[in-house]
Amino acid sequence: MLHIQQVCKLFNPGTADEKLALVHINLHLKQGDFVTVIGSNGAGKSTLMNVISGVTLPDIGCVHIAGRDVSAMLEHTRSRWIGRVFQDPLAGTAPSMTIAENLALAYARGRQRGLSVGVSRQRKSSFREQLEILGLGLEHRLSAKVGLLSGGERQALSLLMATFTQPSLLLLDEHTAALDPARAEMITRLTDKIVRETSLTTLMVTHNMEQAIRLGNRLIMMDKGKIILDIGADQKKQLTVEKLLREFERLRGEKFVDDRVMLGG
Amino acid sequence: MLHAGFWEAMLKSVEIGLLYAIMAFGVYLTFRILDFPDLTVDGSFTTGAGIAALGITSGMNPFLATLLACIGGGLAGILTGLIHTKGKVNALLSGILMMIALHSINLRIMGRSNITLVNSETLLSPLTDGFKYEFVLVMGVVAMAIKLLLDLFLKTEIGLALRATGDNARMIRSLGVRTDTTIIIGVGLSNAMVALAGALIAQYQGFADIQLGVGMIVIGLASVIIGEAVFGHRTIVRTTLAVLLGAVLYRLIVAVALQLELDSTDLKLLTAVIVIIALTLPMIRRAVRQRADSRRRAVELMQHGGDV
Repeated sequence: MLHIQQVCKLFNPGTADEKLALVHINLHLKQGDFVTVIGSNGAGKSTLMNVISGVTLPDIGCVHIAGRDVSAMLEHTRSRWIGRVFQDPLAGTAPSMTIAENLALAYARGRQRGLSVGVSRQRKSSFREQLEILGLGLEHRLSAKVGLLSGGERQALSLLMATFTQPSLLLLDEHTAALDPARAEMITRLTDKIVRETSLTTLMVTHNMEQAIRLGNRLIMMDKGKIILDIGADQKKQLTVEKLLREFERLRGEKFVDDRVMLGG
Repeated sequence: MLHAGFWEAMLKSVEIGLLYAIMAFGVYLTFRILDFPDLTVDGSFTTGAGIAALGITSGMNPFLATLLACIGGGLAGILTGLIHTKGKVNALLSGILMMIALHSINLRIMGRSNITLVNSETLLSPLTDGFKYEFVLVMGVVAMAIKLLLDLFLKTEIGLALRATGDNARMIRSLGVRTDTTIIIGVGLSNAMVALAGALIAQYQGFADIQLGVGMIVIGLASVIIGEAVFGHRTIVRTTLAVLLGAVLYRLIVAVALQLELDSTDLKLLTAVIVIIALTLPMIRRAVRQRADSRRRAVELMQHGGDV
């Protein structure tokens, strides 16, 4: 579903801040794979997400999504196949618009937007059904402005908006990192439920090791722009936070450093 | 203190206010919906007036001339949008550049700095010999119709994308919308409405002048801000009505000021002062309330021994 071949990305070429953010990255996700990505500071996790979503274009290498070469496509063109949830709960929704209008914006992803009514009666009832999945009672607040929702509610809505049109690829960019522990747990459980039920091909960056181990069928670890560890489904079932840290230290010969790393949920 | 013709002047103000409301819708679309402070307005208002006046005086059907005026204004707006999005020029500067360019373009269109329409058949001529309130009624209906069309448009899929562009551009890009395009559409549409207002004003007062649009953006802003402050802005439908009424209210304020022997040359100063007050008052009120709140809370905490 996702094929990344020999992707390199260089920032600030020719200056003192020159930095190779991605070094010959090869990554292949099969249909229905749910891959979690961890790594220390500056490992290239965010750059990888941006290269896949088209926010930045790779200097070398190519990206295929659902069999199409999207390497040269810009973000808004690629978004047809990609659902994305950002770290900032405010980033994924439009605050001055209603819940129903936000869903209508997401519903039109990958379609030609025309002069038909965005929130029709028919769509409203389907939006209500979708919102029920979240279990937050948002289905009763369709015409409430999103700016009035809590961070957790907004992130849950973002998650729904990213997934309910069944994109080929779901990108989760530390999407629970900015929430308090209770809400982060709520979003984590929703993510697990939604991805399981829709079997979306998913790539999730996280700095929560426990979350990285709990979710998904595959785990990769990045460091200095490379994928240094790739753990498949069978091995992942036996994995613990301690084993993961030991593995990192063995590979790197030094301690895992991430200012925000969380070992447990 | 009041002149004998006070009510006459008030009626005139409502008439002009309803025409200006169409311009205010345009300013609302850029300033509020797109979050794009577009100064093209000062130029495109005159463009609308100029094209309509030229068309009508050269024997064109007034309806067609007005339509051409809209298209002219829309093109000016599209150019501003292109300068901003494709040229990556700051929004304010793009508008100012277009405004300056339009001054020369408007003179080219008109051929001279003033065109009179006194002896020409205009779109509004049939209304002048009717009963006293005919014009207010007809223009009220026209302004309301444009308001309703704008409401409907902002609820379509394109309209939603336009609103999201001003609200959270990053998010709507991740949902597949090319924000460059929505900005260009929005600014174009806005200036088409502004030019329509310019065309109607020229036909209403019987002439088009190169200076007609000067200060128009501030009048538009005044209408939007006064309207929102007085009539509320919870929903789109409510806000567009507020903008319409705000435009009329602004004209009434000006009329009262003129009745109070204020010099008409002071009007622009008055407008600027109104906008400054309307913009700063809510902020000052909020700051005062916040201070009072925190003081009250601090006193409350101190009474509990301060160990909270």
